[in-house]
Amino acid sequence: MNHAFGATAVAVVSVLTIGIGIWGLRFSRTTSDFFVASRTVRPALNATAIGGEYLSAASFLGVAGLVLTYGAGMLWYPVGWTAGYLVLLTLVAAPLRRSGAYTLPDFAQARLRSKQVRVATSALVVAIGWLYLIPQLKGAGFTLNLATGLDNRLGGLVVAVVVLVNVVTGGMRSVTFVQAFQYWLKLTALLVPAVFLLMVWFGDGATSPADAVFDLPGRSGWADPLSGLGAHPMYTTYSIIVATFLGTMGLPHVVVRFYTNPDGRAARRTTLVVLGLLGLFYVLPPVYGALGRMYAGDLVGAGTADTVVVELPTRMVGGTGGELLAALLVAGAFAAFLSTSSGLTIAVAGVLSQDVLGRRFGGIASFRLGACIGVGVAYVFAVLAEDVGVATAVGLAFAVAASTFCPLLVLGIWWRRLTDVGAIAGLVVGGLTSGSAVVRTFVATEDSGWFSTLMAQPALWTVPLAFTAMVVGSLLTPDRRPPHVTRFMVRLHTPEAVGVDRG
Amino acid sequence: MATTLGASLGRVFRRSHLGTEADRATFRTLHEASLAGPALREGLTEASAERSIRHLRSLLGAPVVALTDTQRVLAWDGPGAHHSDQVAALARSTEATQVAGPSQLGCHLVSCPVQHVVVSPLVVDELVVGHMVVGTPYPTAGLVRATDEVAAWVSGQLDLAELDASRRRLVEAEVRALRAQISPHFVYNSLGAIASFVRTDPERARDLLLEFADFTRYTFRRQGDFTTLAEELRSIEQYLLLEQARYGERLRVVLRIAPEVLPVQVPFLSLQPLVENAVKHGLEGREEGGTITVVASDLDRECEICIEDDGVGEDPDVVRRALAGTGDSVGLANVDERLRHAFGDEYGLVVETNVGAGTRVVVRVPKYAEGLHP
Repeated sequence: MNHAFGATAVAVVSVLTIGIGIWGLRFSRTTSDFFVASRTVRPALNATAIGGEYLSAASFLGVAGLVLTYGAGMLWYPVGWTAGYLVLLTLVAAPLRRSGAYTLPDFAQARLRSKQVRVATSALVVAIGWLYLIPQLKGAGFTLNLATGLDNRLGGLVVAVVVLVNVVTGGMRSVTFVQAFQYWLKLTALLVPAVFLLMVWFGDGATSPADAVFDLPGRSGWADPLSGLGAHPMYTTYSIIVATFLGTMGLPHVVVRFYTNPDGRAARRTTLVVLGLLGLFYVLPPVYGALGRMYAGDLVGAGTADTVVVELPTRMVGGTGGELLAALLVAGAFAAFLSTSSGLTIAVAGVLSQDVLGRRFGGIASFRLGACIGVGVAYVFAVLAEDVGVATAVGLAFAVAASTFCPLLVLGIWWRRLTDVGAIAGLVVGGLTSGSAVVRTFVATEDSGWFSTLMAQPALWTVPLAFTAMVVGSLLTPDRRPPHVTRFMVRLHTPEAVGVDRG
Repeated sequence: MATTLGASLGRVFRRSHLGTEADRATFRTLHEASLAGPALREGLTEASAERSIRHLRSLLGAPVVALTDTQRVLAWDGPGAHHSDQVAALARSTEATQVAGPSQLGCHLVSCPVQHVVVSPLVVDELVVGHMVVGTPYPTAGLVRATDEVAAWVSGQLDLAELDASRRRLVEAEVRALRAQISPHFVYNSLGAIASFVRTDPERARDLLLEFADFTRYTFRRQGDFTTLAEELRSIEQYLLLEQARYGERLRVVLRIAPEVLPVQVPFLSLQPLVENAVKHGLEGREEGGTITVVASDLDRECEICIEDDGVGEDPDVVRRALAGTGDSVGLANVDERLRHAFGDEYGLVVETNVGAGTRVVVRVPKYAEGLHP
């Protein structure tokens, strides 16, 4: 594509994001037009901000690439990434808000009154944050490569630096309005080109992508629900479902947004709106994947299927129009990297500065150092793990979150007998099993045995294992139940309108 | 052989580390006293008596010990509890340590150890608040002496409890004073300002009266030590509206509030005194008036609230004294103490000021604090 257009798009998005980060929304108000109560963040706005922070490179680019390469079976990813909020809505959203916790370690400490559980959850927040940052930087690398001709690694470095500048200068303000803007930018960037592409497709006779001729061995049955899921499609499907449905609640940068809601009811409403917004967004990436099947099938062979979203406009529309649409997509993709990476970096840096560096350095200094370490380590891993696909890495991050934080949250909220020993047992078992699967996927070459399948999609066995460890560990140590548990449960589960003593 | 060796080794070990028999008796005594102390320092109640009495009994080495207040028995350790009514009556009439014998107790049970009782008063601030009663089959001079001494020690602990309680009452009184601190001047001036609008702008006068009613209701609220930042800011806003009605153009107000931090929990009335100070300092001795700026910003895990005026400022030493509680500004020291108490010492007030340079007060509040309930 035209590098000038691409570079401009990237520059505009970067400057806008950093500029808004630094200067913020610094308009002031006088008392006459200011009413605090009317300014709490409304569920709709907060939901849009969650959407903006949540929709990452994997959603923007990865899903289309997966659908193009492997077929309909991959639709479980967008479905799961949306439905995760359904589980969050029914089981977690309102009680988590009522607990008063800001981060996941806060919740663990409030529920179990244990410093050790706090340390364990903090470590996991950092691990999941890194795992999720790696694909963001990788995706940014090859998008920049496509847009500006920059080397992959250099592109990743550019994004890492932009994120760091953003977080260090002004990013500590998690400005809701900016994140909400990012959602609409991403949606527009995907929607407008899709309309043009579909018009071209209609003009070409609207043939079914399933019939597209493109020569690759073992890629028949593209429209088959179990297509492209490896040697054990049924297991893989259910494992993806478990990981994505249960992993969403364990994403550190999403959880902190719930604190902005004034109460549990607003938290629930927010989640409901998020479901709608994500449902709307996730219609689009598969469209690109399906169109790519007809117009950009060669990308699969070249191993660059993740770029299909950006490639399509130049191929299908062509000319300056196509270039402009491609530049819009690049801008959207770049917004996706920046917003998600910034949110994750803040989460990681927060943990590092509070629980690791805080004692040695002052508040702001330790936060900045934490941000540098957070992004630096993620970048190194992104360079080392070049062969791992964007969506695969994100999928693994979800699997780890589902195997650790999901049991902690669900049992912590709904089961009175959970103890600190049980929680640590579950976190260790879930973390080690899913973590070893991550390591194995990052270093091993592909093969199709059962062991390899279990390691590539670990959630279906690691999640039940973690739940079991947590339950058994708790039942074995009944004397370690925190004394305040009944009072805490009352606080979590009583609607704010009911006048009970929550103290 | 091995047992003998072990025993003699044990003796050597004990002797070298824990001293002579007499030393060890002293240590035991001190240890029991240290165990009984914490409960007694909560004051003389049924719960504290229950928790300390076991240690008091082993301190005295007596078969039965009881603690009473001025009316009834609070706790009884050992057999013979059927004497508790007699003991309570006896205690009510006791002013100094005395011994009562079988003639007053009249116990026919041979196994009952309460044939005699030693009753010793517990005195706090020259007032008898209760008694320590020791039951024994035969009283000795040593036991009477010991009872007397232990009762004096318990009285000392109760004295400390009284001290703790009065310190707590002092802090509570300060908060209450703050709550009731709407100064008469403020009420008078606000009502005066509102009155001036009644004819010229009745609509505004009505609005201001409603704000005034809301503001006083919030300030006099009784329950809860904590509130949300949103509510606290709402009351500040009303306060500033009323002050603006009085000062007109002279008082300019800028509020810049990040909506993300509105749900944060802050101590009740922790910001309002600071804003009041800012208004006072910002306008003092300045004909052209001044600007008050209130900024609340989101710092990830914390929230920062800045209250700033561009007025005459203050000598830093005066502020330092005020924060230490020795100056005449109760408000500042009280807010500082309550913030530190709720969130820890690193969350104290930060005041930046100098003569002629305006004043800036910075409050930091964590979004989540352990043990603090929303």
